[in-house]
Amino acid sequence: MKLIKNAAGRLVPTEVNGKKVIPYKGVNKYKPTGNKYGAKIKSCTDYPDNGNKVAKNLREALKKAGLKNGMTISTHHHLRNGDVLTNILFDTIKKMGIKNIRWFPSASFPVHEHLIKYLDDGTIHHIEGSMNGPLGRYTSEGKMKGVGVLRSHGGRYQSIQDGYVHVDIAVIAAPTADPFGNATGDRGKSACGLLGFALADSEYADSVIVVTDNLIPFPCSPWQIQGNNVDYVVEVESLGDPAKIVSGTTHVTKSPDRLLIAEYVADFLEHSGILKDGFSFQAGAGGTNLAFALYLKEKMIKKNIKARFIRGGSTKYLVEMLEEGLTDYILDGQTFDLEGVRSMRENSGHLNTSPFTSYNFHGKGNFASMLDAVVLGATEVDINFNANVVTHSDGYLLHGIGGWQNCMFGKTVILAIPSFRDRIPVIVDEVTTLVAPGKLVDVIVTERGIAINPKRKDLLKAVEGSGLPIKPIKEIYKEVNDICGGKPAKPKVNKDEVVAIIKWVDGTVIDSVFKVEKKYY
Amino acid sequence: MAKATAGKQGAKVRSDCYIEITSKRLGGIKLDFKSKVDVMYGESIRTTILKMCKFFELKHATILVEDYGALPSTLMARFELAVKRLNIKMEKEYLPDFNKKNKYTTTKDKLRRSRLYLPGNEPKFYPNAGLHKPDGVILDLEDSVAPTEKDSAQLIVRNALRAIDFYGSERMVRINQLPQGLDDLKYIVPHNVHVILIPKVETAEQIKEVDAEVQRLKKLHRIKNDIYFMPIIESALGVINAYPIATASKNICALAIGLEDYTADIGTQRTNEEKESFYARTALVNAAKAAGVQAIDTVFSDVNDMDGLRNSVLEAKGLGFEGKGCIHPRQIQIVHDAFAPTEVEITKAQKIVTAFEEAKLKGIGVVSIGSKMIDAPVVKRAINTLKIATLIKK
Repeated sequence: MKLIKNAAGRLVPTEVNGKKVIPYKGVNKYKPTGNKYGAKIKSCTDYPDNGNKVAKNLREALKKAGLKNGMTISTHHHLRNGDVLTNILFDTIKKMGIKNIRWFPSASFPVHEHLIKYLDDGTIHHIEGSMNGPLGRYTSEGKMKGVGVLRSHGGRYQSIQDGYVHVDIAVIAAPTADPFGNATGDRGKSACGLLGFALADSEYADSVIVVTDNLIPFPCSPWQIQGNNVDYVVEVESLGDPAKIVSGTTHVTKSPDRLLIAEYVADFLEHSGILKDGFSFQAGAGGTNLAFALYLKEKMIKKNIKARFIRGGSTKYLVEMLEEGLTDYILDGQTFDLEGVRSMRENSGHLNTSPFTSYNFHGKGNFASMLDAVVLGATEVDINFNANVVTHSDGYLLHGIGGWQNCMFGKTVILAIPSFRDRIPVIVDEVTTLVAPGKLVDVIVTERGIAINPKRKDLLKAVEGSGLPIKPIKEIYKEVNDICGGKPAKPKVNKDEVVAIIKWVDGTVIDSVFKVEKKYY
Repeated sequence: MAKATAGKQGAKVRSDCYIEITSKRLGGIKLDFKSKVDVMYGESIRTTILKMCKFFELKHATILVEDYGALPSTLMARFELAVKRLNIKMEKEYLPDFNKKNKYTTTKDKLRRSRLYLPGNEPKFYPNAGLHKPDGVILDLEDSVAPTEKDSAQLIVRNALRAIDFYGSERMVRINQLPQGLDDLKYIVPHNVHVILIPKVETAEQIKEVDAEVQRLKKLHRIKNDIYFMPIIESALGVINAYPIATASKNICALAIGLEDYTADIGTQRTNEEKESFYARTALVNAAKAAGVQAIDTVFSDVNDMDGLRNSVLEAKGLGFEGKGCIHPRQIQIVHDAFAPTEVEITKAQKIVTAFEEAKLKGIGVVSIGSKMIDAPVVKRAINTLKIATLIKK
């Protein structure tokens, strides 16, 4: 495979899975021109006048959709680790004798380990989306036939809109739907919140199949997926395991070290002046992030400050802030617990968003860049503030990108991370995989201190004399190496064998993931 | 063929390791090695193990290492223990380098508002403990360590004292109840321990025994720094003897009370109101003050009840205690806040001290603020309040 050095100095291929790709050119340097990709013209006369698009089963729907070898099939991760449908889908595809599918999920979860046998037997050729846990390990060891492609949520929308990815068949899991194909995720026994990740596919795929375990008479209202975009509706017994789709309750971390990090993040927002009336922030559902939101909440109450909006994976903690009047709106990108789902149904201040509204590179603006503060995690950060979220320091691919790259465009981007995990340094000299360039990362908050990107002179000045443990990132790096017993060795990888590429938000290739040479453990 | 093991094994173990050594007659060293951090530190771990084999003259053995991300000082302690369990006559010590950051010393009257207990056989808690800024960390060899793992904890604690940075917190170790505790001293005295907590003290003689052994070890290892003692009173007899105990050595910096054992000893239960221990606590405060040392309260054991903790500290402060034990890092800030002099207390103290200084300048014997006469002890207390306020600011 021919590799060239991109603008970030990383080795990347120029052709992947038989298709040309463009190397990363720098932040905001690549803007494709021309027209957006268009979906096929369809005519309503080809659909039943009575609006009943129900197909007998998944197999029949796939057959009607013209399933063939080598097609691109998309699924979405709103059922998270409770997703059984995707596994059933590929069981069906296998039984139909179809091969070489490009699977285009918005994310994968450990539950999809089931699909490894279909990667082995050639039912699935490769994955474009995310390769988490077992699938990541499989990919890293060079076992996947094609090259994996990792994209952010926004990048997924972008890749559909600029025509790089043509979805042949989209299979959308719908916790509630009607026979016309209107669908929602905010109710039903498999309620998951919103279906935003499936929006692009519903608009652009050649065929759209809605699969539900709660078929109700027309109209399904409100609808998050519009029936007018849907070809077939399939009813199944169950989409998955409700307990793994959303958690009953989300818990804040009990780890004192993570709580310390969360407290530092909240203190930082206060001292830097970001915390002020009408501000906005993004909080995820990770333990540290939840805790950060709670510390911030205390400060907001004390200082009588109200947010205009909070973007987030919604949880009961954000819902409480909405209901207590500490924010006007929740902009929900993904719903993590039952309280989040309830609030979405009941509260007009709890808004559904999608990768289109929040992240898309080809939109006329997006919400992520409007955020005053974004708090994210990372697997590694280097002394130049470059960050990694997909591989670990042992070279293995273990996580997807999610909205992480897209959120890098917020006004102040804070990575809240431990400086090392067990004996694995998180602050390193050079990231194993570059997923976000350092110029977009403003602040690193660790239990050992807070490092501010030197280019953010305003922030450095704002927190002068605050008593916060502000340190140069190199100092934290050195301390971590001292604790862990020296500079960690780099993984042995085969630089001739790219197993996956990392796309930047604009569709260019920012880095490659190489085959791990040795099997550890 | 003999076999010895050390350390921890299992899916939930982190920042620790498991070592199994089977000695052989022939065949050299065979190392079977699995590590979570093989990529990053595999070579370094292998080198360390082989170096230690050489050091301990282990020539023929199969060695199994299951590593869950143990820091070097932990790995070394586990391996040394396995060697020593295999060969009980082995007296050599394999010491990790002494971290330059650990050379700081302490003083007798240092603030001791909070002391964070760290179980002696749980090294995973150590590297970040100091980040939570307790006044002191206690590496515990006593109650938190299973009787079968006392030897593990001695080596883990010794290596931690040398290698782990506790970020300026006072370095305390709680030894075992005497006489077992005397054997613990050689693992800590040479490695810059600041304060030795002596549990279940009942008589002044026990302090003298510890003192003699500490002085012997200090001489042997040419240790110049002061090492202080904090006896913990945990029985009815201990309470009766509190004053002789507090004055048994010039190296005593504080008296602490342990209420779990005390309440058991007097045949009752601990309650939130703590009426049952009122006598013991006030007696201890009284003895400590009479001896000119600090009075330190017990731990607050409900880690989820932060309001309860705050009230408990305020109550302790009201009784004259100057410190509280912490069993979770999140308790530290609350303890510090509750012990801190309030704004009102500070302002009042400043007024009193100013009036005292002015009176002294003018040569007036009687100090007064407005129409109120100020006695000497009030001035003393005010000076003390300001001293604490200044120390906290640092």
